[in-house]
Amino acid sequence: MRFLFKTGYAQDLRLFKHGGQVFWYGLLMVLLLAAPYAIGEYLTSQLQFICIYSIVGLGLMLLVGFTGQISLGHAAFLAIGAYTEALMQARGVPFFVSLPCAALLSAAMGWVLGLPALRLKGIYLAIATLAFNVIVEEILARWESLTNGNSGLNLKPIELFGMKLDGDAGFYYLCLGLAMLSILAVLNLLRSPTGRAFVAIRDSEISASCMGVNLANYKTMSFALSAALAGIAGALYAHKVTFISPEQFTLLQSIELVTIVILGGVGFVHGAVLGAAFLIVLPQLISLAKDYLPADVAGTGLQSVVFGLVLIVIIIFEPLGLYGRWLKLRTWFELFPFYRRGMFRRQKSYMKSERLR
Amino acid sequence: MSFFQVKDLGIRFGGVVAVDRVSFEVKRGECYTIIGPNGAGKTTIFNLIGLLYPATSGKIFFQDKELTGLSPHQVADLGIARTFQNIELFEHATVLQNLLIGRHRHRRTALWQELLFTPAVRRAELAQREAVEKVIDFLDLAKYRDSLVAGLPYGVRKVVELGRALATEPRLLLLDEPSSGLNPEETDDMAFWIEDIKRQLGVTVLMVEHDMNLVSRVSDRVLALNMGTVIAEGTPAEVQANPAVIEAYLGKAA
Ligand SMILES: Nc1ncnc2c1ncn2[C@@H]1O[C@H](COP(=O)(O)OP(=O)(O)O)[C@@H](O)[C@H]1O
Ligand SMILES: [Mg+2]
Repeated sequence: MRFLFKTGYAQDLRLFKHGGQVFWYGLLMVLLLAAPYAIGEYLTSQLQFICIYSIVGLGLMLLVGFTGQISLGHAAFLAIGAYTEALMQARGVPFFVSLPCAALLSAAMGWVLGLPALRLKGIYLAIATLAFNVIVEEILARWESLTNGNSGLNLKPIELFGMKLDGDAGFYYLCLGLAMLSILAVLNLLRSPTGRAFVAIRDSEISASCMGVNLANYKTMSFALSAALAGIAGALYAHKVTFISPEQFTLLQSIELVTIVILGGVGFVHGAVLGAAFLIVLPQLISLAKDYLPADVAGTGLQSVVFGLVLIVIIIFEPLGLYGRWLKLRTWFELFPFYRRGMFRRQKSYMKSERLR
Repeated sequence: MSFFQVKDLGIRFGGVVAVDRVSFEVKRGECYTIIGPNGAGKTTIFNLIGLLYPATSGKIFFQDKELTGLSPHQVADLGIARTFQNIELFEHATVLQNLLIGRHRHRRTALWQELLFTPAVRRAELAQREAVEKVIDFLDLAKYRDSLVAGLPYGVRKVVELGRALATEPRLLLLDEPSSGLNPEETDDMAFWIEDIKRQLGVTVLMVEHDMNLVSRVSDRVLALNMGTVIAEGTPAEVQANPAVIEAYLGKAA
């Protein structure tokens, strides 16, 4: 058990609460920086994917986990980021300009999608965002003069200040750096008034508005920020796969993105990263396992089935996701042998009978 | 020139006239209490003041500004804060975080500054924290500062909610049944705090309350409501002695 003695208000504003955290995150950072030289090309490539999906995951976490909205259309923002990047690169725009453009355009679309969120809740909002995804996908397929339709677009390696990032390490560091910056930005937001307003909206819209939170502004802002992160991830994704076409940004992809948040743990920044890692690692594990499975089980549908199962298991047995599981495990070790079940159970002891409709 | 005024306020829900042409005025610095049996429409009046529902008729003025047409957050921005009869806290946040949300209307930093957590944001956050700590001291909440609201006993939540409203530095504070669900000692504390809020902090209080003991102790004037209409207004003693009020509470003598 660690006891923190607080001696000043500034202490609560720190990102690292104690030396232990500095050590462990520092170590993780060193390992991540050394990774491309230690683990080979294939695994580095997987790490790139994890970084990219972490960025979208963070965006979705901000929206779903911290603002309490839902989006089944985030693949569309990924697409907007990816296509903006591809089209601008083809016209000779340098990466350090095209990336912010991808983020901004995506944010603008996110803002637009945020507008129905002012009136719609829950399942209705989910349907609206889902429709948005379908529309964007459809536009990308039909607007052939711009997007080359279903034949897709090719991308060249990124050139950054005269350096060509075609090696694995260079692109990996770019993804890692952007992922770190995104995490930092989200953490900063969460310790500022805007982040608190998001959380307030998530927990009680009535209370939030009675505390002066402009629901309309903050909901659209959350959508825009979330979309901006997805746009950045989309631009990186486009470079990662070097070829993009509308069928990479379908509804299924959107649902996969939402599973990042649910698997990782709704309402935790760590959850976005853990969920992204899980999303990338699971297919690897499945393809490894396929060698040992009978042929008719190891068919193409196996991955979807395992995914669905994992999702159901998590929702039923671990609503706090992987990060929640980790927190419990840690507490178990810290308190050993005094851990008791139900310590993390959320209490619903008081009825709210007066909810406004 | 009145501080806070409600004129001919009315609302109907389908066939139910919940509030019917209610008018009253609250003077700066006083504690004005609305009493009445259950279902009289007291909470509904608060919701109308907070613009959570649009009124069917009538007008509300705060420092001679008409509230009609504003949104709830704008009402809060004017300096009107409230608590809820059944407590509407942010359950999955700590007491400190709840109170900090009360500071929302005093934020001064822009989004880009917050994303970078610039020194200006840090300074602002420290200032907000100090303001919140004053409320924590005032209401003696220090030992719950870092506890999650979801795990706190009812009485403490009630105080946290009062604290959150105070953290907004309101000019007008609406308290919906501050003593409901509290034990006698907690009710006593609540009475002290309401008096202090009025005297020390100079905040005008508009309150809905059932506990006549508490009402007589802290209120300057009382309005009695029954079935959505005003039946009496005056000092606590006058209203308590009013036959119409006694009848509303106890029913007609047979
Ligand atoms: N949102 C609503 N929809 C329909 N009827 C309502 C609503 N809110 C309140 N009422 C009705 O208005 C009347 C007054 O309720 P309320 O203001 O909560 O009473 P109280 O004086 O006990 O606070 C009650 O008859 C209640 O059923
Ligand atoms: Mg009531």
